Amino acid sequence: MATAAVLERETYLNASYGLKSWLLTKDHKRIAILYFITISIFFAIGGTFAGLIRLELLTPQADLVSSETYNKLFTMHGVIMVFFFLIPSIPATLGNFFLPIMIGARDLAFPRINLLSWYLLILGGVLAIYAMVAGGVDTGWTFYTPYSTSYANTYVIATALGIFVAGFSSILTGLNFVVTVHRMRAPGMTWFRMPLFVWAHYATSLIQILGTPVLAVTLVLILCERTLHIGIFDPALGGDPILFQHMFWFYSHPAVYIMVLPGMGVISEIVSTYSRKPVYGYAFVAFSSLAIAVVGFLVWGHHLYVSGQSLYAGLVFSFLSYFVAIPSAVKVFNWTATLYKGSISYDTPMLYAFGFIGLFTVGGLTGLFVASLGLDVHVTDTYFVIAHFHYVMVGGTIMAYLGGVHYWWPKMTGRMYPEHFARLSAVVVFIGFNLTFFPQFILGYQGMPRRYHVYPPEYQVLHVLSTAGATVLAVGYIMPLIYLIWSLKYGPVAGKNPWGATGLEWSIPSPPPTHNFDRIPVVMHEAYDYSAVPREVEVG
Amino acid sequence: MLAVSIFFTVLIFGAVFYFAIKYRRRSDDELPGGGHTGLALEVVWSVIPFGLTMIMFGWGASIFFKESVPPDDAMNIYVVGKQWMWKLQHQEGQREINELHIPINRPIRLTMTSEDVIHSFYVPDFRTKQDVVPGRYTTTWFTATKPGKYHLFCAEYCGTKHSGMIGWVYAMRPEDYQEWLAGSPTGSMADRGARLFDDLACANCHHADGSGRCPTLVGLFGSTVRLAGGGAVKADEAYIRESILNPPAKIVAGYQPLMPTFQGLVTEEGVVELIEYIKSLNAKPGLEQTGQPAVPGAGAGSQPGNQ
Repeated sequence: MATAAVLERETYLNASYGLKSWLLTKDHKRIAILYFITISIFFAIGGTFAGLIRLELLTPQADLVSSETYNKLFTMHGVIMVFFFLIPSIPATLGNFFLPIMIGARDLAFPRINLLSWYLLILGGVLAIYAMVAGGVDTGWTFYTPYSTSYANTYVIATALGIFVAGFSSILTGLNFVVTVHRMRAPGMTWFRMPLFVWAHYATSLIQILGTPVLAVTLVLILCERTLHIGIFDPALGGDPILFQHMFWFYSHPAVYIMVLPGMGVISEIVSTYSRKPVYGYAFVAFSSLAIAVVGFLVWGHHLYVSGQSLYAGLVFSFLSYFVAIPSAVKVFNWTATLYKGSISYDTPMLYAFGFIGLFTVGGLTGLFVASLGLDVHVTDTYFVIAHFHYVMVGGTIMAYLGGVHYWWPKMTGRMYPEHFARLSAVVVFIGFNLTFFPQFILGYQGMPRRYHVYPPEYQVLHVLSTAGATVLAVGYIMPLIYLIWSLKYGPVAGKNPWGATGLEWSIPSPPPTHNFDRIPVVMHEAYDYSAVPREVEVG
Repeated sequence: MLAVSIFFTVLIFGAVFYFAIKYRRRSDDELPGGGHTGLALEVVWSVIPFGLTMIMFGWGASIFFKESVPPDDAMNIYVVGKQWMWKLQHQEGQREINELHIPINRPIRLTMTSEDVIHSFYVPDFRTKQDVVPGRYTTTWFTATKPGKYHLFCAEYCGTKHSGMIGWVYAMRPEDYQEWLAGSPTGSMADRGARLFDDLACANCHHADGSGRCPTLVGLFGSTVRLAGGGAVKADEAYIRESILNPPAKIVAGYQPLMPTFQGLVTEEGVVELIEYIKSLNAKPGLEQTGQPAVPGAGAGSQPGNQ
C-alpha cells in the first residue's frame, strides 16, 4: 500500500498483505473497507438502473426499452438500492469502522460474526445479481401479492432468497453493535458521554434486530405460496393480499429509519466538529433517536390508507405518523441551534451536512403531506411519494454518507482528498439532486402515477427536467469516486486530527493501528468538549 | 399545510444560512463556548410543531372520513379491474371498457373488485384513489362538477402493461348522460342477473316465499341476517359475494350448509349482476323469484320458471 512507504509504523492497512489477509480478516476496520468496496459496486449497479429509467422517461412513449424491461429496471433499482446499498451503507462501513473506536474498544464484540455478516451480504448479493442476469424480476421492490406469488413470471424466488440472506447480515451487524455498546465501552465512557453517532447506531441496531426477522418471515411465506401454492396472500387460494402489505411494511417502514438514523448520527458529528461546539441539546438528540426507533415501529399502516384497510386503523396510523415527525424535527432544530455562535468552517463534510439538513427538511415536511389521510389519497402511488422518499433516502442518507466518508477519509486512509474538487462535488450533488427530484413533487401532485413506462404527454416537460437533473447528479457522484481513489496515492498525508475534532477516533494515528489503542483510554470528558482537544491542528 | 411547510423550510434554511455566515470561522484557534441546553427552547420547538401536526391530522382525517361514506342517493357503478383493463357496468346495463360516462352533480359510488392482482382506481382530477383488491369489494365515491374528459389511471403496479391500464372518465351534463344511456339500449344489470339466476338454477333452492331448502332472497339486501352458531351480519354486497363464492363461510341460522360453491362458475361481473338482481327483489316485494326479469319487457329470451 502507498501509505506504507510514507508511514513506517504499523497500521491496519500494512499489518499484513495478500487477498487472504483481507478475506479472512477479523479486524472491524478491514471488514468496513470490504463493505465499502461491496456497497460501492451495488450503488453503481443501482445507479445505472436509475439512469436507464430516467433516460426512458425522457419521452412519453416507449423508445429505449420494452415495458417488461422497464418494470424490471425499477424493481432491480429498488431492490439493489434499498437492500444492498442503503440498509448496509453507513452502519456497515462508517459504523463498523468507527463505532468501536469511538467508545474506546479494540474491535466489535464478535469479530468473526462481523466477517460472517459481510459474507452473508455477498451471498445475498450474488443471488440477487444471479436473478438479474438470468432474466430479472418485475414485481417492484415491494413484492405486492398476489402479483408476486401467482402472476409474475420472473425470478422472484432468487431475488427473495437474496434479500432473505442479506437480511441476516443486517441482523448480525445490529446484534454486534448492541453487544459492543453495552459491554465494551472504555472506562469513563458512560452512556451520556458517547458520541451521538454511537447513539444513532444503537437505535438503528435495535430496529435491525427486531424488524428484520419479520421481513425474513414474510419472504419465506412468499416462497411458500409461490412454490407450494399454500394459500396465504392470494385470495384465489384462500389468502389475504392485504396481510402481505401489513407484514411487509412492518419491516419496511422501520427500515427507512435503519437507513436514515445512522445518517443523522453522522450529521451530529459533522455539525459539531465544524462549528467547534457541542451538539445543542445532546440528550434530546440522543433520545430522539430512540423515540424514532420505537414509534417508527407503529406507523407502518400509513402505507395502506387506500388499500381497503379499516378507517379507524388509518386514523391511528395517521396520528402516530405525525407523532414520529416530532423527534426528527427536534433533531433538525438542535443542529441548527448548534450553529448559533459557533465557529463555522465550510469544509466539504460541512457542505454535505448543510445539504442534508436542507434536503431532509424538505423530505420530512413533505412527509406531513403523505401522513394526512385526506391528502394521501391523492398523492399516494404517484411521483409525489417518489420525490418524498428520495429526499429522505437520497437527500438524507446519501448526503450524510458522502459527508461522513469525506469527514473520516483522512482517518481511514491517512490521506487528505483535494478540498476544492470535494467542495465542488458537494455543490453539484445538491443542485443535481434538487433538479432531479423537485419536479417529481409537482408531477405527483398533477397526478402522474409511479411505475409508469409510458405516460400522457402533458407530463413530459417535468420529466425532461428530472432527467437533466439526474445527469448532473451522476456527475456529482462520479467526481468523489475519482478524486478519492486519486488521493489514496497522491493525497497529502493527514495528521491524526486534521479537523480539530473531539472523539477518541481523532486521538489515535491515521490510519489507525490494527488494535486501535495501544492502551485502552480512560475517558475524562463529556462528548464534544472542544476545550480538551489539543490545539495543534495541522499534521501530527 | 403547504404554508406551514414553506414557513418551516424558510425558517430552517434561513437560520442555517444566517448562522453559517454570521458565525463563520474567522481564525483557526477560535474556541466558542457552549454546551448549554435550554430546556424551555426544547419544549417550545417540540410542542409547537406537535400542535401544528395535530391540526393537520384532524383536518386530513375529517376529509378522509367524509370521503369514506358515500351519500345514500349515490349512483352505483360497478368496476372490475383485470390485467390490464377497467371493466365498468352501469346499473342500467351499459358496459364500458376503459371509459366511464357519468353525469355531473350526482354522487357516484363505485363498488370495485379485481379478477387477478391488486389495481388502484385513480382519477387525479377528482382526488379519488382506491385500491381494487381481488377477493373483496372496495368502494369509493365522488361527484364530478364540470363536464369534461378526465384521466383514469391504474395507480397500483399490476404487471407488464400497468402503464397501459388507463382510460378516460367523461363527465356529462345530466341530459347528455341520459341521451348516452339511451343510445345503446340493453337490459339492466338486474335483468342480466335474473338470467344468470336462472342459468345457475339458483331458484331450485332459493324460493321467493321461503319454502325452499335455502333462505329466500326477497328483502335480503340491507337486512340483518342471523347466522348459525350465533352472531349476525348485515347483508351487503360483500356478504352476498362471499355467500355465492364461499357459501360455508356464513350459514344462515336454521338452514343446512347445502349450497355448493359457485367459484369458477360465475365471473366477478356475473356476481355483481346477481347482486343487482337480489337488490331489485327489494324494490318489488311480492315478485316471484323465478328468474322473471325484474324490469318488464327487458328480459326477452330468458326462460321463466324452474328448471
